[in-house]
Amino acid sequence: MYPEYMAESLRKVAQTRPGRLELARKPAPVYPPMNAEERQAVLEGFHPDYEPSARRPVRVGPNRGETLTTEVADLLESHSWLRSEQVDLEHPDFETDLLIIGGGGAGCNAALVAMQEHGMRSMIATKLRMGDSNTIMSQGGMQAAVSATDSPTRHFLDAIGGGHFENKPELVKALTEDGPAVVKWLEDLGVVWDKEEDGSMQVLHGGGTSRKRMVSCRDYTGAMIMRTLMDEVRNHPDMITIKEFMPAVELIMDDEGRCAGAILYSMDSEEFFTVKAKSTLIATGGYGRLHIRGYDTTNHYGATGDGLVMAYRAGAKLMYMDSVQYHPTGASFPEQIAGFLITEKIRGAGGQPLNKDGELFVFPREPRDIEASAIIRECVQNGGGVETPSGRLGVWLDSPLIDMLHGEGYVAHQFPAMYRQYIRYGIDINKLPMLIYPSLHYQNGGVEINERCETDIPGLYVAGEATGGLHGRNRLMGNSVLDYNVFGRRAGRYAGEYAKSVKLGRLSLAHLDKFEQELADSGVQTDLVTPILLPSYAPKDVKKRRLVRGGNVLPGASVLHNRLHDERSGN
Amino acid sequence: MSAAENLAEERHITVYIMGKAYEVPAEATIMGAIEYAGHQIIRGAGCREGYCGACATIYRLPGDYKIRTGLACMTLVEDGMTLAQIPSVPAEKAIYDIEKLKPDVSAMMQVYPTIFRCVACNTCTKACPQGLQVMDYIQAAKRGDIAAVMDLSFDCVECGLCMLRCPAEITQPLVGILGKRLYGRYLRKESPDLVAKVKAVEDGAFEAEYAEMMALSREALSQRYYALDSE
Ligand SMILES: Cc1cc2nc3c(=O)[nH]c(=O)nc-3n(C[C@H](O)[C@H](O)[C@H](O)COP(=O)(O)OP(=O)(O)OC[C@H]3O[C@@H](n4cnc5c(N)ncnc54)[C@H](O)[C@@H]3O)c2cc1C
Ligand code: SF4
Ligand code: SF4
Ligand code: FES
Repeated sequence: MYPEYMAESLRKVAQTRPGRLELARKPAPVYPPMNAEERQAVLEGFHPDYEPSARRPVRVGPNRGETLTTEVADLLESHSWLRSEQVDLEHPDFETDLLIIGGGGAGCNAALVAMQEHGMRSMIATKLRMGDSNTIMSQGGMQAAVSATDSPTRHFLDAIGGGHFENKPELVKALTEDGPAVVKWLEDLGVVWDKEEDGSMQVLHGGGTSRKRMVSCRDYTGAMIMRTLMDEVRNHPDMITIKEFMPAVELIMDDEGRCAGAILYSMDSEEFFTVKAKSTLIATGGYGRLHIRGYDTTNHYGATGDGLVMAYRAGAKLMYMDSVQYHPTGASFPEQIAGFLITEKIRGAGGQPLNKDGELFVFPREPRDIEASAIIRECVQNGGGVETPSGRLGVWLDSPLIDMLHGEGYVAHQFPAMYRQYIRYGIDINKLPMLIYPSLHYQNGGVEINERCETDIPGLYVAGEATGGLHGRNRLMGNSVLDYNVFGRRAGRYAGEYAKSVKLGRLSLAHLDKFEQELADSGVQTDLVTPILLPSYAPKDVKKRRLVRGGNVLPGASVLHNRLHDERSGN
Repeated sequence: MSAAENLAEERHITVYIMGKAYEVPAEATIMGAIEYAGHQIIRGAGCREGYCGACATIYRLPGDYKIRTGLACMTLVEDGMTLAQIPSVPAEKAIYDIEKLKPDVSAMMQVYPTIFRCVACNTCTKACPQGLQVMDYIQAAKRGDIAAVMDLSFDCVECGLCMLRCPAEITQPLVGILGKRLYGRYLRKESPDLVAKVKAVEDGAFEAEYAEMMALSREALSQRYYALDSE
């Protein structure tokens, strides 16, 4: 339940509701959308990326000299877990056609397509349980031009505009063009889409979409897709091997500069295993658990940007690593769910962000970075935020409006997960609004690829959130679920095709020595060892007591401490 | 001030994690408490938001004989609670070809025949942290009512707690997935618009417009974008 002191503000929200309801029923927008200049101003003033300490130049690797998000620069200027001379590459522990690093949506799609189209075997190495990923959490839905009034080319324009015209156009073309086929492919696998009576897809608006284009499975879209894909992957044990709790820590190359597999680390036994593979796919997802700028995050436990580090050390170029997506609506109260995602579908269905006086202060469906910046402005500059008992700020997201707009029971049916999340704390979102604040949500940048998911390194493919370029510096809602399906499938197709013909040379980890040398030459001093694998949420005093451990003891899983998190957010 | 520091200032209570006592913030979730105690969770955490079911937990409260179940990321601690995480529940997933099944009771009989051992004790329903009517969807599966299996199991997060408690050793979440897949694949009406769009793309109906837009300057593209009408 909300604390007593918020009652006055809640009363104002209720008071303005009938007026806002009337407004929402009209075809005109409930609040004037911003023009290009207004958008730019709010971004520059309030987006966390624009704070002076948010970025710094990176001193090593393919993007050397470029200005990146500070935490990312730290991540890239770090040491490997491995000493190359101690790894036996002559006798690989496993061999496969396609090694897939990451068992989220992109990874599973790739395994299925490589098998179906090329008869290739794959091995999926994943950090946590199969499917524990950002994919399983995606609630709101997936964009795809499936209705009569819409078209892939219109979708293309929306995505490019949302990305401020910085997206790689050939990637956006692939994304939007494959959209309808992906909806069909998933339905044929058994995904239960929300549909109208006549069988047509139920479509909703998302931020920055000019047509209702969001398809969904209640608010369990990702869970439905992930469970269907996982189930199908597990139907082919002879073709697809799954290694859980076996994250990759480094890529293996061959002596001709091709990617040739990876080294996995068993979280249970702390052993390292070599996998020789004809082609390798990085599908490791995002980095929300780095808690960039100290923000709470919506991301799953294993989202620590591992794919970036591995690819970078092997020489792949990154793109747009100066840009981070903060979701406009993360939970701000209660404390226990701080940072949790409140799906954008709530605003798509008519939910409105309101300041402490119950007033609208922004068009509810601006692109995400604009909406998030406007919320931060309202709290930080205009004093329109409500303070929580622990000192967080937040604005209201008026959910009771939704049933009034769509009929009673709509929220209960469309947002069962969201309802469940709040009722536990005595907040019935049918009757009371939610208190929200932007939350670290998505890795806009990543490894640069082309529309075949190829990188600069032959044999190395990347798909899904680990890539950069598709969304420019700002992704629209629903486009990343489409992303991991479209590019996961493409990666399976092209990596599978490549695996058919390649003849690998001698395996090598020389790139690690080279990188280590570059760190030394550039004068980088760091004790950070990456990939980070898991963040640590142990309290400070516990961490201090751990630090007395002797120097040459192996770094056990229990001390995979997230140093970045310690320093920047103080917890 | 950070969330952790604030919590630290608050009231503390005692919980027993795998049998050992720890002082933890009274407002913590079970997951928060385990981490506060200094454990690095490896198995037993995924989404941390109630979606993945990785964090199945069983616990007892003082003076109560009952074994309770929950999701560690979603359940709040209570004073004197004794808890343990269940990192996985062994289950045998059946291998099948969805294209060769019919969306009726025959599929259930073929793929998960164990459901017919259900003794209708309702233990699964009582164990479900999502509050689902688990027994009802198993009964629906026995009747071949695929729509009901889909609907009733829709919010299942595959934590496995129902399986763990079931005296007939039925694998409820897997039955739920089969039901959903059968429903999605066979029992939804096809969307004519969707089929038409897929075909239009295949026929290259949008190629010319793509080519034209990809040749535009940023300026011209921007103009076109801001001129778009909205539905
Ligand atoms: C709460 C939430 C809600 C969202 N809602 C939406 C939405 O409604 N619509 C939308 O379009 N997008 C949404 N997104 C974004 C979208 O879900 C993700 O961008 C997308 O799922 C990424 O898919 P992926 O396959 O690239 O990565 P993931 O699904 O994150 O999978 C990555 C996998 O790689 C594994 N991994 C990581 N490191 C390693 C390693 N070193 N070795 C081996 N494995 C590793 C991880 O454990 C994980 O299993 C949402 C995201 C979140 C967090
Ligand atoms: S039905 Fe079973 S597996 Fe699914 S959420 Fe409920 S208890 Fe967990
Ligand atoms: S616990 Fe098992 S036997 Fe009991 S009702 Fe549920 S499925 Fe049937
Ligand atoms: S960690 Fe995913 S449900 Fe708790």
